[in-house]
Amino acid sequence: MTLHNVLRVRGYTSQGDAVDFGSEALDSAGLDLLPIVVGSEGMLAVTTEVTVRLVPKPQLARCIVASFPTIEAAGDAVANVIARGIVPAGLELMDQRMTAVAENYVHAGYDLSAAAILLCESDGTPEEVAEEIAAMTQVLTESGASRIDVSEDEAQRLTFWSGRKNAFPASGGISPDYMCMDSTIPRRRLAEMLSAIQAMEAKYELRCVNVFHAGDGNLHPLILFDANDPEQFRRCELFGADILETSLRFGGTVTGEHGVGVEKLNSMCVQFSQAEREQFLAVKRAFDPNEILNPGKVIPTLQRCAEYGKMHVRHGKLSFPDLPRF
Amino acid sequence: MPPPDAAVTRLIDQIRSARPRGAVLDIVGGGTKGFFGEPPRGEPLRLQELAGISSYEPSELVVTARAGTPLRELEQALADKGQCLPFEPPRFRSGGTVGGMVAAGLAGPSRAAVGSLRDYVLGATLLNGRGEVLTFGGQVMKNVAGYDVSRMLAGSWGVLGVICEVSLKVMASRVSTATICFELDERRALADLARWAGLPLPVNASAWHEGELRVRLSGARAAVRSACEKLGGTLLEAEAAARWWESVRDHTHPFFGGDRLLRVSVPATASPLGFPGQQFIEWGGAQRWWRTPAPVAEVRDAAARAGGHATVVRGDKSGGAFTPVSEPLMRIHRALKTAFDPERIFNVGRLYADL
Repeated sequence: MTLHNVLRVRGYTSQGDAVDFGSEALDSAGLDLLPIVVGSEGMLAVTTEVTVRLVPKPQLARCIVASFPTIEAAGDAVANVIARGIVPAGLELMDQRMTAVAENYVHAGYDLSAAAILLCESDGTPEEVAEEIAAMTQVLTESGASRIDVSEDEAQRLTFWSGRKNAFPASGGISPDYMCMDSTIPRRRLAEMLSAIQAMEAKYELRCVNVFHAGDGNLHPLILFDANDPEQFRRCELFGADILETSLRFGGTVTGEHGVGVEKLNSMCVQFSQAEREQFLAVKRAFDPNEILNPGKVIPTLQRCAEYGKMHVRHGKLSFPDLPRF
Repeated sequence: MPPPDAAVTRLIDQIRSARPRGAVLDIVGGGTKGFFGEPPRGEPLRLQELAGISSYEPSELVVTARAGTPLRELEQALADKGQCLPFEPPRFRSGGTVGGMVAAGLAGPSRAAVGSLRDYVLGATLLNGRGEVLTFGGQVMKNVAGYDVSRMLAGSWGVLGVICEVSLKVMASRVSTATICFELDERRALADLARWAGLPLPVNASAWHEGELRVRLSGARAAVRSACEKLGGTLLEAEAAARWWESVRDHTHPFFGGDRLLRVSVPATASPLGFPGQQFIEWGGAQRWWRTPAPVAEVRDAAARAGGHATVVRGDKSGGAFTPVSEPLMRIHRALKTAFDPERIFNVGRLYADL
């Protein structure tokens, strides 16, 4: 999380007073307001300066690419790595279609026959990396990996990552538009989530490619659609909302790192009760009594949630989908 | 959210009847931290009944426990699976609870290396002053839905509401640990710690006291071994070292025993503060405990000039146990108190007189 690396946020309150949240010390007097300010999407204060913690650059990084014959095996492998107490510097999952799209774009040499591939990185001192790579290789093999490649040098490591890092532009190459989702689920439910998304592809008649920050259970399904076709756009939005609400049912959250903005206001109505949303609105007013900072974002009004609740009943079957509702 | 159970219902009844009875409530877990901060006052709101580990998924590195769960019980459950709370919350006396740990927000020797208690909070269920049961955050590692209320509860000393249940990220216990020690004066010790902080070394804790610097290395076996060789110093016997770090963590070390104890939190690189008396430095220089006859105001001024603050743990609290915050921040504090606890019934005055 960003918060863990922020020491101080300097800026102004909504009333124009200069203010520091946090300090260069490891804690500050009073309530710890940094967590509430970091990630608040500009709702609580105006930030003018940020002090972050720096860490020494690791001496060495190496990356494993592991292929799995089924999504379930890849999902289990993620859980097994974490359960062994290993904390990889990166642990990413791409499904077969995403891998094919990325491979076509960067030619990283990915295994196209795999149902999913995992990218698993270790960094630190050469001794630490050697120990961790050995441990991860063992767990991945025991979890049923059908092929394991370990980067031998920095150039190869960057090649291994190139497909993952270009997953978004590569997807742009196979579809006029895509909508990137961002939710988090408990890691053990990754495989189940991918099956659910497959079922949604049939339901909404749209394709979806999947790339996950698997180590954190943070999903980035990319729904492919054509924004020039209003009907596709409508189905895409319903598809996205379905992914978010399924994530909630699996014990997750509607946004892992990208935030709420305005796009996910409706999903906030599902994640939080009315009392919780009212408490959020009270927090907003505590910082910004006149509600002049980014009004209308992050926390939906009670009225909006009431409206969404009614709409929800006819999920996917709006009578007048072209009418502006909010 | 499932309907609240009997223990929560009793708490809600006591909360809702407090204001009409003219009562304020003192939220009590194990009652082990009453000496820290401003004195508790009011009618006890007891959380012992609200106890137990609600869920624990070792492979997810997440545990959820109710507030009254004894910290000892939680740590034992984690140890049974080879896991731990890496921030080493202090246990000043036995009987402390999970809720009290979060409300105090304190961390032990490893804090500078692994992060604070707040960094391990994933979610919390809170009872606000209206007796509403509210859940913020969750049980997943990354979550930015809504304001991060659950992490703000860490170190809030109960002034915003009653923590009923909390989800924490846990970690595997370290594979390998070694403690090395050096004879160094304060200035040299701080300089070495600052230099080491910029290097990729597995430094997990440090403590300087009376001319001796102890450094705990922790991590992969090979990394600890190579760091020991690189740094030199005298290797301490493992069992004795572990016991010694526990005594620092829990303040059973004799240094922490007197009737005056100040905690000074400054940037790690701050110059020696030079008060008369004895000092115990942790966190690479960022946490400096003082037993000093210097007036509290003087210590606070020096801490502020260094970019930090000072807490009176024991001693003269006439200027407040905690350093007052700036007026714009205090306005936000008061407004947040009103937002969560409009009738001002929870732990009134425990953090600041105004809250």
